[in-house]
Parts: sequence; structure tokens; C-alpha cells
Amino acid sequence: MAQADAASLGGAPITAMVTADGVPLKKSLAKAERRRKITAFLLVAPLLAFIIFTFVIPIGSMLFRSVDNPIIVQVLPRTVDALQEWDGQDIPPESAFAAMAEDLVEAQANRTVGRVAVRLNYEMSGARSLLTATARRADDLAAPFQESLVDANPRWGDTEIWAAIQREGRRFTPAYFVSAIDMRYASDGSIERQPENQRIYVTLFIRTLMLSVAITLTTLLLGYPIAYLLATLPLRYSNLLMICVLLPFWTSLLVRTTAWIVLLQQQGVLNDILVALGIIGDNGRIMMVYNAAGTIIAMTHILLPFMVLPLYSVMKGIPPSYVRAARSLGANPWTAFWKVYVPQTMPGVGAGAVLVFIISIGYYITPALVGGQSGQMISNLIAFHMQNSLNWGLAAALGTILLAGVLILYWVYNRIVGVDNVKLG
Amino acid sequence: MAVPSYAGPLERTWYYAFRVICGLIFFFLIAPILVIIPLSFNVQPYFTYTREMLTFDPAGYSLRWYEDFFSSRQWMMSIRNSVIIGILATLVATVLGTIAALGLSRKEMPFRGLIMGILISPMIVPLIISAAGMFFFYSSVGLASTFPGVILAHAALGIPFVIITVTATLVGFDHSLTRAAASLGADPTTTFRRVTFPLIMPGVISGALFAFITSFDEVVIVLFVAGVEQRTIPREMWSGIREQISPTILAVATILVMISIALLTTIELLRRRSERLRGIRPS
Repeated sequence: MAQADAASLGGAPITAMVTADGVPLKKSLAKAERRRKITAFLLVAPLLAFIIFTFVIPIGSMLFRSVDNPIIVQVLPRTVDALQEWDGQDIPPESAFAAMAEDLVEAQANRTVGRVAVRLNYEMSGARSLLTATARRADDLAAPFQESLVDANPRWGDTEIWAAIQREGRRFTPAYFVSAIDMRYASDGSIERQPENQRIYVTLFIRTLMLSVAITLTTLLLGYPIAYLLATLPLRYSNLLMICVLLPFWTSLLVRTTAWIVLLQQQGVLNDILVALGIIGDNGRIMMVYNAAGTIIAMTHILLPFMVLPLYSVMKGIPPSYVRAARSLGANPWTAFWKVYVPQTMPGVGAGAVLVFIISIGYYITPALVGGQSGQMISNLIAFHMQNSLNWGLAAALGTILLAGVLILYWVYNRIVGVDNVKLG
Repeated sequence: MAVPSYAGPLERTWYYAFRVICGLIFFFLIAPILVIIPLSFNVQPYFTYTREMLTFDPAGYSLRWYEDFFSSRQWMMSIRNSVIIGILATLVATVLGTIAALGLSRKEMPFRGLIMGILISPMIVPLIISAAGMFFFYSSVGLASTFPGVILAHAALGIPFVIITVTATLVGFDHSLTRAAASLGADPTTTFRRVTFPLIMPGVISGALFAFITSFDEVVIVLFVAGVEQRTIPREMWSGIREQISPTILAVATILVMISIALLTTIELLRRRSERLRGIRPS
């Protein structure tokens, strides 16, 4: 760094300092700083682009699909237009019937009637057959179209189908979210609860939460003692025992799930042992798998390492002197443990519990394989709508609700531990 | 942690009771995995121990399920698919992840928290949601039911592990070493190749192993994004458990347990080496 300017030698302010090539020092430093920033960013940029393409956009497309509603607008454009002014009280005007007849002819010709029929069936049961059957004979429809359509199927004379088309004749819809929380539109367009026997999703969300709480509690109950033992044993023993925790952690999920089916099924190992010991009779074999109990047992086993590892790393850092001090001050072993040791392990308990809870509310494989009917979780229903019922909008809406729940929990987790402190292995 | 000499009888009893409880929990953790190994040698097509097996009669044991496994075209195909998808996904995740970790661990990195959050997100989002989203998007761009589609998806899932392990290794990294290399005339590539990489290699390898095992054990994404041609080992096991349950699955499971023991050993050795290199004493 040379002070090229002669004037600066004569007691000029320090701010006039320049580098060898005559650029003010401050500017030159800022430039170097900016260059380092750009270099750092350029190193991360390829991966960021990769994750955005392979992961962020797909998640975005799922979120979008939960409100996306293009079919009715595309296939029944004239009807949607004609119903714009309709008040929803009486039978819609003849123009709406005429528009519907015209749309049906075109939909039948373009083979798009099936899609719109399925879409409307989500809103109103029976809409599918109503549309497909009428569309098949759409060419026979003639003015006056109201009579002609009601002749074809009397349900055209009800306001229900027209109300559904008017309501869902928009590019975006909250309808999937409405069904995802067990609600539906009443005939007057207000939102009401589904009839008792059709409420599934809220029950399933609650069951998912209950199962996750149960799994979290059992992992805590089983994880706390062994984390304590591992943290207090001399290293050469604890390293050996640590393998018992890490081996399941590293073993394939499907292997562990298979193992539990083999152990717990009615003709399985555990029932055989109980029969051999004479605890139960051969015809009194207990159903331990393909129900909620199976899900809880198998998932506790699968998620136990996720509880033990954070607990262990916290317990490892707790100096034994506090408990000793408490004892020397007259606390009995239980008081010393409960009042002095346990509070110090709370960060580990929090981290482990939130981690296990987050993982278990989104779990799919194990409940699907060992859960039977009563052990199913919300993710199994998402998979069902993705693969079997093909109601992708509803699957996306359920997924969006689940994702929101997980992100909130994750935010809590981040407040407790911080993402940089996640420990592996 | 021995019983202190001043401990009363109650405390002594509890001390041993606690050991027994812990023993039972460890048994709960490890037994299910060990139980299936002998069963995979069962001569009968049952999932339970026969009288012959319990009396160690050699007639009760056989290798028929392993024979079944190794002679099945479908299973061999799934091994091939798992290995191809696993290796390529690991390669993509490790290369991109390591380079990004170098940037992320610089203190000049702008928007560090936000970018870190985005890069870690595949680990947080439940798999069923990732699978649904990938299914929607990948089918619309023609990646569904193709090898590149499954590989990209698995690479995305593996990246958080690479980022976490490599940035963790870089925390203890002495940056004066790279400055020394630069002052001695090495260009950035040479510095990386000769100085930085050898030092962070344990982190890179364990990240790569995590990425590989993630892909190797993954089934939800495969269920949604892959086609019949891309069926992997976990995918075959999935249909094996759901549809035609046969002890061949136990043979596969035993082989997979052996693989995980090998991987576990490798990671443990790497961790020790890394700590030694970075001068951290095993605590």
C-alpha cells in the first residue's frame, strides 16, 4: 500500500489512503469483499439450481395442485359463462341449459367428458353418471334444452349440479381443502360438516397425532435409560453398546419392518414362544401386528436411535459434579436425579422428541406394511389418493396440511437445536 | 459408574435393576435383526423356528432361499438397478454437495441461513410429500419412470447428508493452510486438490456413504417415480411383503444386514481417522 498522493503526506485525513494502483483503499477492500461473496455464491449456485429443479419445484407443483382447478373451466366454458349471473335460488335460465348441451356435444367429441365427470363427482355424488350418460346422447338434445335435459335425466332439474358447476367453474378452488377437513358445501353454498359416517380425514389426522405422541413417548421411555447408561459407562464399554444402537440405525427399513412381521404375526416367533411357555393356548394367539399396536412397536424400534443419539450427546456434556454436589448437600438419589440431572438433559429430550415426532407424523412405509386398518396414518391416505382413487387434488391438499404441520414443528426444532447441530451416526 | 461404597441396599438393588432394564432395551433393539438371520436358512417355507432348527439338526437348515434369490432374474435385476441408481445418485450428490459446502462454510456467504434451509429441506419434508410432488412434476417433464428421474430424485435426498457431514468437517478446518498454499503460488484448483480435499476427505466419504445408503434403502420415491424397469431391492421387498410373502425376503434381509454392518464399520473407522487428522482427541 503506497501513499501516492504527495498531499496526504502533509497531514491529510487517513480516509485518503489509496492502494498501489491509486484506488482508494476503502473501495478496493469493498471490491475484494464483493468478489469473495460472489465466489462463495458461485460455489453454491450449481447445487442450489439442482435442488430447486429436482425438489423445490416438485413440492411447489404439489402445493399448486391442491388449489388448481382447470377442468370445469376448460371443458364447460359456455355453461360456466351462462351461470355467471345465476342467483342459485331457482332453476337456472334456459341459456344455461343450452350452453350445457353445446358443451356436452363438444366434450363428447373431444373425449374430455370423463375428466369433468370425475371432477364434478368429487363435489356431488352421482354427477359422474349424470354427465357421461347425458353426453353419450348429447347429439339428440334439442331446444328447448331445459325440457330436453330434464327428460334425459331428471337430476338436471335440481339446482345441486348447477350450483356445483357455478362454484367450481373457477380456475382455483378451495374445494380440496374443504374436503380434507371433512367439510362440504351445503346446497346454499355455505360450508357444513360432512355427515358423521363420512368424516375420515380429521379422525385420521387426530389418529396420526395420537400415534406419533405414543411413539415419541415410548422412544423417550426406552431411550432415556440407555442414553444415560451409554453416557456414564467407561468409553470402552459404551462404544460396544453403541453398536447396538447404530446397527438398527444402519439396517434397511424394510429389513426391520420384515423382522417385526416375522416376530409378531400370529404364526410368528413371539406367539410361538408364548404358546411353548404355556402362557397362551394355541388357539389364543395374540394379534400383535396389522393393527395400531404393530405400528407403534415397529416404529418405536425404528425411531429409537433418533431419540438416543441426541440424548446421548447432551448427557455426555453434563459434568457429574452437579449431582455429586446435590448428594453431598443431603439430596437423596431420586431428588438429585430429578431436580439436578433431568433439567440439564432437557435440550436433548426436546431435540429427540421433536425429531421423532416430525419423522413419525410423515411416516408411510411401516404403517402401510404392519398397520392393518387401525394403524394407518395420514400419509397412507395420501398414497391411497395418489395411486388408487386418483383424486390428486385431495392428495395434494392433505399433503399441504401435513407439510405445514411438519414445517411448524421443524421451526420449533430449529429453535431448540439449530439445523447445523444435527448429528449423524 | 460403579456403586459408590456409601450406597444403601435400596440403591444397590436399583443399580442392578437399572442394568437389567437397559439390557432388555438393548435386547429389544438388536434381537429383531438377529432373529431373522437363522430363519433365512430355514428348510421350511415358514417364518418361524421349526423343531429341527431348535435342535440344531442340519436337516432343518438349507440354503434354498439364497439359491432362490440368486437364481431369480427379478431379484438380480433389482440389485443391478439399486447399484446403478445408488452410485450415480451418490456421485451427483457428493460432487455438487462438496462444492457447495466449500461455499457455505465461507463467512462471506450471502443469505447463508436461507440457502442452507433450502438445501437441507429434502431431509425434513416427509417422503410421501416429496414423492407426490416429484410424481406430479417429473411426469410433466417426462422424467417419470426413467432412470435419470429416479437418480435425480435420490440425489436430492442424499444432498442434505453430504452438506451436513462436509460442513461439519470444514468447521475444524484451518484456513491458513489454503492461504499458505496460495502464497506459495498454488492456484485455487491445485490448492483444493492437494491441500483442502485430502483433509476433508473423511467427511466427503462419510457423506457419500450416507447418500448411498439413503438411495439404497429408499422405497417411497421409487414407488411413485420409478417404473417397472427401475425396480430396486427395497421395491422388490415391498411387493414381496405385500403380495407373495416368501422366506426369500429373509435371505435378502440377511444379506442387507451384512452390508449395513460393513458400512457401519467403514464409517466408524473414517470418523476416528478424521478426528485424528483434525487433532480432536476421542472424548
